[in-house]
Amino acid sequence: MKLRPLAVIPGWNPESSRNDEYFFARFRVFTLVLMFAFSAAHAVDPLPFKDRAQEVRFQQLTKQLRCLVCQNQDLADSDAELARDLRKQVFDMMQSGKSDAQIKEYLVARYNDFVLYDPPLKPGTWLLWFSPFVLVIGGALVVAHVVRRRTRQALAAADPAVTGSAAIDSEEDW
Amino acid sequence: MINRLLPLIMFIGLVALLLFGIHWNAHHEMTEVPSPLIGKPAPEFTLPLLYDSTKSVTREDLLGKPYLLNVFGSWCPTCQYEHPILTSQAKRIGVKLIGLDWRDDPEDAKRWLAQFGNPYEAVITDRDGRTGIDFGVYMAPETFLVDARGMIRYKRIGMFTPEIIRDELMPKIAELSRAPQ
Repeated sequence: MKLRPLAVIPGWNPESSRNDEYFFARFRVFTLVLMFAFSAAHAVDPLPFKDRAQEVRFQQLTKQLRCLVCQNQDLADSDAELARDLRKQVFDMMQSGKSDAQIKEYLVARYNDFVLYDPPLKPGTWLLWFSPFVLVIGGALVVAHVVRRRTRQALAAADPAVTGSAAIDSEEDW
Repeated sequence: MINRLLPLIMFIGLVALLLFGIHWNAHHEMTEVPSPLIGKPAPEFTLPLLYDSTKSVTREDLLGKPYLLNVFGSWCPTCQYEHPILTSQAKRIGVKLIGLDWRDDPEDAKRWLAQFGNPYEAVITDRDGRTGIDFGVYMAPETFLVDARGMIRYKRIGMFTPEIIRDELMPKIAELSRAPQ
């Protein structure tokens, strides 16, 4: 019995020996798309990195830093001249053996916590960090309260003897 | 009764919050990053003079008297709007006005000042922008008020208008002479 393909890929001919070629042609297009996707992801400076690891570290660090000129872009992404200067500064500090924390500290000392995409946890940012949890927990408590009350009312309606009165507070019904 | 009113109260609360947001945005420059350097010593620098690049000015050279450090560049369009205001208000401001030519070609800066006038007592050049970064400069114009002990007392991001000079800068300058030096 001949095997039937489960799905048909457009252009795929089960009888043809050219399938491999077809596959690789598609793969090449895919690779090309990937290449452009990644090259567009950061502005390119000709910085002489020591090795690949340093370059990766540089890209990761500059992605966590905000460009101050175009404030919805990170430093890695931005083509602003100041961003280029700051990338150079980050690079030079890396070359001289500074840690990521030291580089961030250097920038925060000049440009405030605003340069960090991740706001640090401190009294001034408690509201920012914790208010979502407070809201979720508060909402859950309200829902639990309403559900419990409605259940009680439903029980009371079904069996007036439970509360001794069948009167349901219609005001609860919003 | 309270249960019937609660949604209305919540709705009014939400509207109040949104109105507050609109009001806040209208009265605050959202791109303005408050400087962490206010109340701190001005960073060290050694920068050449624009009109005599063999001589340079350091932070220490400027100690002893308060000064206003105005960051500008010939490439900066807003600086062109600010420039005549600084020129006409320089006397009224009453403190030394130092120009910091930031990320600029000195020749362009000279031409620019020749064209628009030079209100500065001295102009120093920061061609590679490093001193600008140390001051936390991220746009031009920006202006720092530095007191006699070299502490940054006030920073203006963006151009000065006569109103801002009157309402923001002058009170800060008045504070300088009141504070014990």
